[in-house]
Amino acid sequence: MLVKGGRIADDIFTPVADGEPLSDGPIIISLRRFQAEKTALLSREVPLAVRLETAETPEILGEDVHKLAAIVLHIHHFKDGRAFSWARLLRTRLGYRGEVRISGHFLLDQIAFYTRVGADAFDIAQNLPVDSVKVALTEISNVYQPSVDGRSTIRDLRTARFAKAAVTPP
Amino acid sequence: MYRYDEFDSQLVRERAEQFRGQVARRLSGELTEDEFKPLRLMNGLYLQLHSYMLRIAIPYGTLSARQLRKLGDISRHYDRGYGHFTTRQNLQLHWAQLPRVPDALLELADVEMHCMQTSGNNVRNISADPFAGAAADEIEDPRILCEILRQWSTLHPEFSFLPRKFKICVIGTEEDRAALLIHDIAIKIVRNGAGEIGYRVYVGGGLGRTPYLAEEIGSFIEKRDILSFLEAIMRVYNEAGRRDNIWKARVKILVHQIGIEEMRRRVEAEFADIKKGATLELPAEELARIAAYFAPPAFAALPAESPEYEAQLREHRDFAQWAKTNVHAHKMPGYAIATISLKSIGKTPGDCSSEQMEALADIMDEFGQAEIRITHEQNMVLPHMRKADLYALWRKLVPLDLATPNHGLVTDIIACPGLDYCDLANARSIPVAQAIATRFCDLDRQHDLGELKIKISGCINACGHHHVGHIGILGVDRKGVENYQILLGGSGAEDASLGEILGPGFDQEGIVDAVENVIGTYTNLRQNGERFLDTYRRLGPQPFKERLYAR
Repeated sequence: MLVKGGRIADDIFTPVADGEPLSDGPIIISLRRFQAEKTALLSREVPLAVRLETAETPEILGEDVHKLAAIVLHIHHFKDGRAFSWARLLRTRLGYRGEVRISGHFLLDQIAFYTRVGADAFDIAQNLPVDSVKVALTEISNVYQPSVDGRSTIRDLRTARFAKAAVTPP
Repeated sequence: MYRYDEFDSQLVRERAEQFRGQVARRLSGELTEDEFKPLRLMNGLYLQLHSYMLRIAIPYGTLSARQLRKLGDISRHYDRGYGHFTTRQNLQLHWAQLPRVPDALLELADVEMHCMQTSGNNVRNISADPFAGAAADEIEDPRILCEILRQWSTLHPEFSFLPRKFKICVIGTEEDRAALLIHDIAIKIVRNGAGEIGYRVYVGGGLGRTPYLAEEIGSFIEKRDILSFLEAIMRVYNEAGRRDNIWKARVKILVHQIGIEEMRRRVEAEFADIKKGATLELPAEELARIAAYFAPPAFAALPAESPEYEAQLREHRDFAQWAKTNVHAHKMPGYAIATISLKSIGKTPGDCSSEQMEALADIMDEFGQAEIRITHEQNMVLPHMRKADLYALWRKLVPLDLATPNHGLVTDIIACPGLDYCDLANARSIPVAQAIATRFCDLDRQHDLGELKIKISGCINACGHHHVGHIGILGVDRKGVENYQILLGGSGAEDASLGEILGPGFDQEGIVDAVENVIGTYTNLRQNGERFLDTYRRLGPQPFKERLYAR
């Protein structure tokens, strides 16, 4: 089940395993296959996604990253938090604008953090009620740190409140 | 001290409610124990030998009277009427019940407290100098930065699933009362050549199986850049720290493997990149806003000496004994810092009953003390006492069993909970601490021995800081029998060093005699008022070995 922006979304991509024939239409392939068949893959006129394993930094993709419609950050174990940095890296230093999808073994309770660092699609294996995803995204109302999502931080909210109080007549 | 505004309050309440949902999902079976574990750990809940243990965060070791009173109440209603103050300035309740923990969290939220990030692989509660705001040589109150770091690190979206736990400590003086260099990141407030105040940053300290002292990575980080610099360190660690082996996952291992130069190169590259974005820049207004919370209390203009206090010292020998070790110089004339020992002879180091907590809260009110501090040595500190009030304070402390005159002496022992509670432990720590304290209880003898820091851990994880004890004791399991190794020459102070294992260990009875032998070697060989540590450093382990392992 693909969830984007707290809603169930259609998944246009079909994963293709290494060695399997490429299907028509948008596909997800491994980094290794992308590197081996890059020219052919990029000449197809359909959206292409590359799946990175937890140990693979997106910096490996270099400028090619901008030719990809989606990057799938595949989580082997939810305790491995490297993908939080990979997502952030994609959105900041690499300036990536396509979809950043989280798949594999992650927890409902991590979706809010992944969203903050720039992930915008979640491949949820279990059939969780989509409402629980919405709750996970909103149960903590405010944030202390600036991050990729550009949300106003608690410091911003304090400053705004102070400014408002200053212009309100006594 | 810091006070929550509506944003802080809302966040800790929502976090408590979130945990209520997670507990419900665990109890219903929706979450496996494996999946629930990191969630409960991020809220300070461990599963120990006999029960759950709830670790309550005491940010930078500072509590108000209202908070301390509440901790007494919570210890009574959610535990067995006592709590255990730890080497990280936190409070542990060892008999918590899972279904009731969400209620305890809401009660803590009522007094602006929480259990967030007191365990788990994230940035832990930030520790600080317990004499903050009171020490004479302080450049700036370290708690200003601590509170900024508390907010920055709370539910950090990128650094909540690090390779391993991450501890940060801040001090603002040359004298180190916080065991600075055994932290993953250690920050010392310093002045540069131009007289500006900034931060010297060290990285890669930690005890455990592979102990290291932190090494300097930034000699002077400007105030506005500190969050950017720390985030750079965290990112390098999150990306490159080992995750395949829990024993090699702390940042100290990364620093040691790639070397401090390479670590510095990576951090500086990341730092430069972060600074381009400028979103983490710490404005002077924000520093000033937080600093206002830590403004010193309104000190009275007092003469440096209090004739009343001097007279009481002359008249009451017991009081004078207490003052000798437990009263310390304050930056303001006529004031003093008082240490309240949680090391009553024969009791569990760091334990405090609900009644003691509540009585201390009353004492704080009576003597106008807005704050009390928890020290990493598992004692408490009243930071701003008038000298003229010390005798009245001491009289109140005596019947509470809180006036043990032993701060810094041989019976002021740090001990982890050990095998009496902890499922990681290999050996008991508490009975060993009790037996040693009882053996050395004679106060004249303690004073004769002078400063002597014994630190006991019940396993290699070193919660009892045995590597930095003048005498460290490490409990191990030797073929099913508790066995205790001795380390000598460690220090967690400004002259930090790691102790070295002396030789084969001893059983529970033998360890007390062994400590006695080590101390006897010192008293035979000391010169010119040397402390134990000085004698050891001068002579090395050989004379101690010879006496201890003589046939």
